[in-house]
Amino acid sequence: MAERRPNRASDADRDAAVTRAITRIPLDYPHRLAWWLFFLAALGLLAVFLVSVTVLFARGVGVWGNNIPVNWGIAISNYVWWLGIGQGGTLISALLLLVQQHWRNSLNRFAETVTVFAVICAGIYPILHLGRPWLFYWMAPYPSTMGVWPQFKSPLAWDFFAVVTYLTVSIVFWYVGAIPDFASTRDRAKRRSAQVFYGLLALGWRGAARHWARWRQAYRLSAALAVPLVVSFHSEVSLLMSAGPIPGWASTVFPAHFVAGAAFSGFAVVAMLATVLRKTLGLQDLVTAKHLDMLGKLMLVTGMLTAYGYFAEAFNALYSGEAHELQTLRDRFAGAYAWSYWGAVILNFVPLQLMWLRRFRCNPACLFLVGLSGAVGMWLERYMLVVTSLYRDYLVSSWGAYHASVWEWLLFAGTVGLFMVGFLLFVRLAPMMSAFEIKAAIFEHEESVDV
Amino acid sequence: MPQIFKPSADTWLRTFAAVAALGLIAAALFGAGVARSDWVTRAGWPVEQPVPFSHKHHVGDLGLDCRYCHSDVEEGRYAGLPSSHVCITCHSQLWTGAEVLEPVRASFAENRPIAWKRVAALPEYVYFDHHIHVARGVPCVECHGRIDEMPLTWRAKPLQMRFCIDCHRDPAPRLRPVNQVTRMDWTGWASDPANRGFGERAMRRFHIQPAKLTDCNVCHR
Repeated sequence: MAERRPNRASDADRDAAVTRAITRIPLDYPHRLAWWLFFLAALGLLAVFLVSVTVLFARGVGVWGNNIPVNWGIAISNYVWWLGIGQGGTLISALLLLVQQHWRNSLNRFAETVTVFAVICAGIYPILHLGRPWLFYWMAPYPSTMGVWPQFKSPLAWDFFAVVTYLTVSIVFWYVGAIPDFASTRDRAKRRSAQVFYGLLALGWRGAARHWARWRQAYRLSAALAVPLVVSFHSEVSLLMSAGPIPGWASTVFPAHFVAGAAFSGFAVVAMLATVLRKTLGLQDLVTAKHLDMLGKLMLVTGMLTAYGYFAEAFNALYSGEAHELQTLRDRFAGAYAWSYWGAVILNFVPLQLMWLRRFRCNPACLFLVGLSGAVGMWLERYMLVVTSLYRDYLVSSWGAYHASVWEWLLFAGTVGLFMVGFLLFVRLAPMMSAFEIKAAIFEHEESVDV
Repeated sequence: MPQIFKPSADTWLRTFAAVAALGLIAAALFGAGVARSDWVTRAGWPVEQPVPFSHKHHVGDLGLDCRYCHSDVEEGRYAGLPSSHVCITCHSQLWTGAEVLEPVRASFAENRPIAWKRVAALPEYVYFDHHIHVARGVPCVECHGRIDEMPLTWRAKPLQMRFCIDCHRDPAPRLRPVNQVTRMDWTGWASDPANRGFGERAMRRFHIQPAKLTDCNVCHR
């Protein structure tokens, strides 16, 4: 990396070095072998995805293990988990753009990409879990020959609107933000095919002052749309549970608890990917110790907020004194699925305490492991929330156990493959960081130091 | 740096985007149109039958009542198709040698039903009961059209969910006196002052509540 280190003597040289470091990745990819190994693994998982979806479509949702009383198995917990991961990306990118935290610039592009692919992975779950998935478009309010609207009282319809809106806004935000960098990549491309590919994506960007002014408006507008969506979307996710008369799903802390948990899992995954990409692509100059430090702090804040949610939920149940709520609380602590509760508590909050110390926040390996622990812990939390409440609901006569079938696990592994394939293609083909924003950030930083 | 695109590229891109957007709209309109077309709903398409039975002749010209042949309509879910014995009540005397009636005579002789093709078919997930509709005064013509004017039989209405639900939301204008349900020609009935408010009265009398009629499980059980 030493020869690529920006030369402080000349601003122009330094800017060029930043652009080169970032745009060289799609044009002349480093570590091709590692990328191909990862990509082959991801393709393998994608094949698992296709097989498990084919089996699901051919034989119906009966191949899954969910049934009365646990109608919602890991299909729904995975849906919520993937959505949560997506929201971390939006928060890092859009919220920090609006509050002008320029250190975000090294993280935002791939955090947004995490969002897009995580929301895709999440969005297919509500479709796949339908009895007749090929009729999923019935959830859309289109001029049908049935003479009825979608059932707006149904969480399924809420999911449809939430996912479509969020996916659209995420893609628009991602793409608008990347246009200037597509233009840089186009200008540095040597092959004609690459020039045309990135040229089309750049939409004729010339870097004129008017372009920048318009672009800034569009980018900030889409960020301003994305941030409230994060909150409303994950509140919706909590509402779709609260809409059901099920013990343990009616806590008033749910919306805030879900949003905090979503952000926590999202930051955890962004931290994992940031440390891995930084290492494998040699971007230590751009994703610096400061970025790792900030990611660690964000995880700590949102993780502790999530911990408060656990406390408030338990308190709510105790304070209510309602027999079924207390029963569900006992089931979470010591029931058949207590492993998911304690697994979530331990994996989410115990390693997290390392993040109080800067030493551990700035250590990439440590940050990666804490992120991994948080991602797994949040998955367990979603599983715990769905299953521990449902397997013993108000109707004692319908109590029963839930065990995910092999096809559910394979589908979950498959969605990881879907996510990885999309993300790896992005890393390979698109400018993974925002070159111009990093340059602007360095410039502004130096201006402020000079003054 | 040499230019990657010609000056016209921008125009081409915009044209392509506009055409793609228009194409999407056109495809959506086309799809919506096809879904409503007679080609999909089969409304107005005569169905070929083993015997070219003419409702126009039997109902329109001769004045047979629907229930003479479709005898289950007042008690059953299905209106029912007549057995060959019903045909033979008349055709043992009339047109006894007609070639076109040979399948009927063969069916009667071999005691094997004629394989009529269903004209007004509903999907298997729809629960439809003729008896309640007839008992509340929904006339045959409301769903089956002017069957007395059909030389061959075709589906008169699209029979899509919208068709059912339009009536379930607003049954009053479609209701008629129960003792006249098989009457085909209702011209002038609605404008006759004597019939003003009949639908509303019938709804009160039979406790017909549209709010309940549009529950999913009324038709999807």
